[in-house]
Amino acid sequence: MANMQMNKTPMPEQDPQVRAGNFQEVALGYTLEQAQNEAKRCLNCKHKPCIGGCPVGIPIPVFIGKVAEGDLAGAYQLLSDANALPAISGRVCPQETQCEGVCVRGIKGEPVAIGRIERFVADWAAEHGLANVATAPKNGHKVAVIGSGPAGLTCAGELARMGYEVSVFEAFHTAGGVLTYGIPEFRLPKAIVAREVSNLEKMGVDIELNMVIGKVLTIPELFERGYEAVFIGSGAGLPMFMKIPGEGLVGVYSANEYLTRINLMKAYRPDSETPILHGKKVAVVGGGNVAMDAARCARRMGAEVHIVYRRSEAELPARLEEIHHAKEEGIIFDFLTNPISIEGDETGHVQSVTCVRMELGEPDDSGRRRPVVIPGSEFQMEVDTVIMALGTSPNPMSYEGTPGLEKTRKGCVAADEGGCTSCPNIFAGGDAAIGAATVILAMGAGKSAAKSIDRYISSKE
Amino acid sequence: MKKYEIVNKRVLTPEISQISVYAPLVADKARAGQFIILRVDEEGERIPLTISSARDGLVTVIYQKIGGTTLALDGLNEGDCLHDFVGPLGRPTEVEDLGRVAVLGGGLGCAIALPVARALHQAGNRVDLIGGFKTKDIVILEEEMGQACTDLYICTDDGSYGYHGFVTGKLEELINSGVHYDHVFAIGPLMMMKFACKLTERHNIPTTVSMNPIMIDGTGMCGCCRLNVGGEVKFACVDGPDFDGHQVDFDEVIARNNTYKDFEARSREKHLCRLGGGAMNG
Repeated sequence: MANMQMNKTPMPEQDPQVRAGNFQEVALGYTLEQAQNEAKRCLNCKHKPCIGGCPVGIPIPVFIGKVAEGDLAGAYQLLSDANALPAISGRVCPQETQCEGVCVRGIKGEPVAIGRIERFVADWAAEHGLANVATAPKNGHKVAVIGSGPAGLTCAGELARMGYEVSVFEAFHTAGGVLTYGIPEFRLPKAIVAREVSNLEKMGVDIELNMVIGKVLTIPELFERGYEAVFIGSGAGLPMFMKIPGEGLVGVYSANEYLTRINLMKAYRPDSETPILHGKKVAVVGGGNVAMDAARCARRMGAEVHIVYRRSEAELPARLEEIHHAKEEGIIFDFLTNPISIEGDETGHVQSVTCVRMELGEPDDSGRRRPVVIPGSEFQMEVDTVIMALGTSPNPMSYEGTPGLEKTRKGCVAADEGGCTSCPNIFAGGDAAIGAATVILAMGAGKSAAKSIDRYISSKE
Repeated sequence: MKKYEIVNKRVLTPEISQISVYAPLVADKARAGQFIILRVDEEGERIPLTISSARDGLVTVIYQKIGGTTLALDGLNEGDCLHDFVGPLGRPTEVEDLGRVAVLGGGLGCAIALPVARALHQAGNRVDLIGGFKTKDIVILEEEMGQACTDLYICTDDGSYGYHGFVTGKLEELINSGVHYDHVFAIGPLMMMKFACKLTERHNIPTTVSMNPIMIDGTGMCGCCRLNVGGEVKFACVDGPDFDGHQVDFDEVIARNNTYKDFEARSREKHLCRLGGGAMNG
């Protein structure tokens, strides 16, 4: 008999007052009892819409059923067969718009907390030394993967499982891509990313750091070196700015730079060699997950933090949980507000940001109501740091000049849903192909591309 | 040889040293004007250094001991390995068919001006290399620079060697004496590049500068190295490091490069303390 409790089993969390001063994980994870209680809320309904809502097609009701029964090893096997990085997606997926968004329990009450159960199973497996690293016998075919973010790691894992010899080329000195440099420790501990990477290495995946493809080796040179297919998972690219006066002042960061200094380069540690400005009052411009991450980092670095967003709360693209956590931690949201210039002092440091108030007009191309400036609404906010979290534009460095490789109008690699490009032996997925999106969509793309690569290489024989 | 091993180390002045690092893939691709990023150890900062030369699997870079990281780097010797070494980054300098060119190098900038002059010279241009230093004792790479150009002019601020004055003074003298330059390259401290550009703008000579803003990833991800070039945001790591000097907003770069001055001073103190402690124990 299912547990008919209307709400999700609450997730134990660090107290907001306490966590606003540290970088330890916010959500502490379910106990076995909590996980089983929540698992029993699943009705195992007939149509199973959750599976269709999952970009990597996890057999959700089946693995949740195993948790309810207490067969955690069985649950982990099912979960990890479908999803190479469950400890990561359980933490960072926007479940409310995917599996949980279509859960029938969500019609009356809250959906089953699928993400929390997923995280529980992955963490339980790690604690018990379980890793799903079995692979098919080596098939003698070599594939190169560019980028070790969620798309690249997933693609590499899937291919290694099928018996391919996979090399992953990472430009940075640490693997993980956005999981490492972008998403903060308090949301995704780096030890978990390192563990998932080490599991791939156990499957025989070779990870080569400090390799900037396009510079040190080009894609055609990878083929010369015996790779039969190349997957481009090089990520989103160049951070965008607003093109307003004052963006070159000292104290204006892109979110990518701010997060990289804190996460990858560990600037939050008092003994770190990495310099960072400790702002007293910070404005973060934007409303996505990256904006929330930057704001919550700045808060933990001791600042008063404002999120400045030109639309209203309903349009915030960030995950609900991040918005909720940010508010709990004392971050101030200035909705319907847009910066028009940044002013500096005589030394070139940020002193203030001038903003205008907005109202929502007719829907635009994205279907959201277009923000319109209210005339005469200009006002100044005194801040010493501005962080721009406005998204990115494509960075073609890794694939520039590859003969025959077509790009989209925006400049991303043109790839279909299976990751196939205009070149039969080149595949692409994640932000490099679709522009800035989410970790799970990148993982889904990596998985589809692995299938396409397998189909391509098998068809050559 | 091991990956990222320091195979040769040469002390050029008490403040400046040169190392050659085993990185064959980087060495194969490196061209004048490009740079690498290195880390000394597991917890170290990433610092960009311009490639001075590259051959036989070795990449040579020259550094000045100014901050914590370069002091730590200087603590390594032949046979030691760097933790990370990535490159070649940035776009190579365009050297083809320019005609008569002047290459200005200021201080440590001469280490970068050298490969640019060499490449220009090898591409068949007539190259005047003007290298400036504070004083005679810290003149570096004189012999190498002499071989990399048509005519070499050394300048010192105090007049202790060569031309007495700044590189811009020497360039102006040459222009006034009737030399026609088709292109000028200015490589060195921001102030020197700024004033070189003011001079060449007056004389209408196209000028390329090699920018060295603060940088992290070097691949266009973080946006830290952005510059204002002709009113547009450019990233030194992927769009540069070479830019049209007449379009660069130098004052903005100068302010931005001082962002972490206090932090750097503290880091330098910390390292000097450690070195001092080591010396006392030794």
